Amino acid sequence: MSFVEYSEFIQEGDVAIIFLGHDSMMPVKVQQGAQTQTRYGVVRHSKDLIGQRFGTKVTCSKGGWVYVLHPTPELWTLILPHRTQILYTTDIANITMMLELKPGSVVCESGTGSGSLSHAILRTIAPTGHLHTVEFHQQRAEKAAEEFREHRVDHLVTVRNQDVCKEGFGVTGVADAVFLDIPSPWEAIRHAKNGMKRQGGRVCSFSPCIEQVQKTCEALADEGFEEISTLEVLLRVHDVRSITLPLPDFGSDRPLETPTDTPVPSNASVLCKTTTPPRDMAGHTGYLTFATKPSV
Amino acid sequence: MADNGDDDSQHRVNEGDYVVLKRGDIYKAVQIQKKKKTVFEKQWFFLDNAVGELYGTTFEVVTDGKLQPRKPKHIESSADAKEAGTDNRNIQDDGKSQKLTRDDIETLKEQGLNGQEIVQQLIENSTTFRDKTEFAQEKYIKKKKKKYENSVMVLRPSCRILAMMYHGREPGKICHLRYDTLAQMLTLGNIHAGSKVLVFETCAGLVLGAVIERMGGYGSVVQMYPGGGPVRAGVESFGFPSHFHDTLHEFPICHVNALLAGTLDTEAKDIDTNAGQANGDKSNLTQTDPEKAEGKGGSPDTEDQSMETSTSTDPAEDKEREEREKRREIRAQEKIVKTEEKRKKLSAAAGVLKGRNADGLVIASRFHPCPVLLGLIKFLAPSRPFVVYSQYKEPLIECYSKLREQGGAVSLRLTDSWIRHYQVLPNRTHPMLLMSGGGGYILSGTTVATDTTKAKTCSTTAEEPAAKRLKLTETTEG
Repeated sequence: MSFVEYSEFIQEGDVAIIFLGHDSMMPVKVQQGAQTQTRYGVVRHSKDLIGQRFGTKVTCSKGGWVYVLHPTPELWTLILPHRTQILYTTDIANITMMLELKPGSVVCESGTGSGSLSHAILRTIAPTGHLHTVEFHQQRAEKAAEEFREHRVDHLVTVRNQDVCKEGFGVTGVADAVFLDIPSPWEAIRHAKNGMKRQGGRVCSFSPCIEQVQKTCEALADEGFEEISTLEVLLRVHDVRSITLPLPDFGSDRPLETPTDTPVPSNASVLCKTTTPPRDMAGHTGYLTFATKPSV
Repeated sequence: MADNGDDDSQHRVNEGDYVVLKRGDIYKAVQIQKKKKTVFEKQWFFLDNAVGELYGTTFEVVTDGKLQPRKPKHIESSADAKEAGTDNRNIQDDGKSQKLTRDDIETLKEQGLNGQEIVQQLIENSTTFRDKTEFAQEKYIKKKKKKYENSVMVLRPSCRILAMMYHGREPGKICHLRYDTLAQMLTLGNIHAGSKVLVFETCAGLVLGAVIERMGGYGSVVQMYPGGGPVRAGVESFGFPSHFHDTLHEFPICHVNALLAGTLDTEAKDIDTNAGQANGDKSNLTQTDPEKAEGKGGSPDTEDQSMETSTSTDPAEDKEREEREKRREIRAQEKIVKTEEKRKKLSAAAGVLKGRNADGLVIASRFHPCPVLLGLIKFLAPSRPFVVYSQYKEPLIECYSKLREQGGAVSLRLTDSWIRHYQVLPNRTHPMLLMSGGGGYILSGTTVATDTTKAKTCSTTAEEPAAKRLKLTETTEG
């Protein structure tokens, strides 16, 4: 198992994902003799996990059951321990495509945060690319590096504990793409430019506030970036439902036989298969600003 | 600046490259061929001068349709205080403020003035320009530049660029799949190097190309195709290195049931080129497909057969007949080779599919998604993602319901993506005035091991909850 390569069978040391139900999952570190408590009972690693196929149904001690899934960056984003606010799959998908990431891409990222985007980038640039990720918070940087090791992707990433606005990414002239999710991205644009290949590349900045976006766009234009474009994306979920709608009773169109006849009430209803929106939805995550560094 | 030529070579345009031309928001995919006239945005030019330049270079179209690399932009001298007004209360919009006529402008164009110079002329001949506010002046200049500029940027093709191009130019060809929806599909499908992905699409090859790009030449992609042959025009536009095509297989869906039942015969047999047997459940490979468009024009065999009937002792006619025979032999040989090639490809693809251990499934077509999904999901290993795109929501509702019924999938989600672009300028920042009305729908999920017993649904909400205050559920986004 790794986050960048599928495998068929669960082995000791793997990270597996226990699926309990819709929107309810948890990661487990598979170990001989270990046990994991779930609301359906106990999952015994040696018996239920090791040697089983990913995707199998596991019956727990209380009789309930769960599925064990192979980790993916998308599943990880939903269950990872938050050290910071994270990026979700909708934004990540657009960032990946708009930065033109693919196997072999070299990417610079700051801040690493909780590693949600980092895992998605690593999956896309494997096996020949590299991610240089910068995090100014020491513990977060260490935790991220630890997770990359556990997830068997550490050979593809270098974590640096420094301030990108002051010291840059630690590399120059190598990146195909740069991603910024920091409070003052305009202060890192010069470093982004230096980190990128001389022949050009793509940059993206994610900011929750429009004032940040304005300052960043100005900095990008000043540094000669082209194709500056700002957008936002949101995901709308449609919950599939079967609904029954009662039909109104407008009475019979025939005159009553005798005055004492009462019209028979109709219980007719119609069954519809449709979708309804959830009560709330994410209305804003952040603005995504993209630009191209022109070839010099 | 001293350029290391070798360093740059992979970033420079070569003859034969597939590129994308760009002006503003308009894109067009073309192939670089010297001395070939290319038309783009009502202009004709030759791409010859692009060869050897770096990708991303902007060119001006000069006289005779030649391309000339544009000099680096000098920042507009906005330092000098230009005359400007404060608001538009006294500006009449009577259509008479521009003194140059259409003919005047044509004359200027013929004289060889470039876009920037024409815009300058328009400004000087506008009676109201100096009364406009600074913002209005900037907007006016931007608008005129867009109309009269003749610059072309030459870009390296990528999924991003081609997806935007197809969506802007020919959305009907790609089932109106918007680029951000495609982005969702690639990520939700966990498309990555080294995996085995099945693709069923009728989007001119755009979706297939996008998947191939994310695989980077590693792993394998099997294109399941309806009809006579796979459509891959869009894939060409990506300009993939030739070894990427080694990872690409194709399999006609008309053989899916046979493959699943184990009755598909892909062994070589004595070739009867005129055979046309197709039994109920045993598919013979020498079956000639009537829908195939790439037939060798008519039926050479029958043509020759009709000629054969005449007997003659004339040496010239004999020689002619000999040559005809020879040609028929060659054609028959070519057909044998082609059929064998086709058989080999089918056998290879069947081999990849047989194990039913594919890592991902991507569907995006004009066909009803339900039967496509239910048929192809059988080829997926457990704990693997699948993504189905449809221009319409209802067919996906059906897919969702059927999958819930039969089991074998979890985390089913029916979603669509909402996107909005912004204009970001000092004191003029706001969303764009026009936005996309819709970009299609996606049904995504993860396979799990199938039960022999009917799977009980994990999610209990199949019926509408009784009329009571809905419990606030934790959203998974933000």
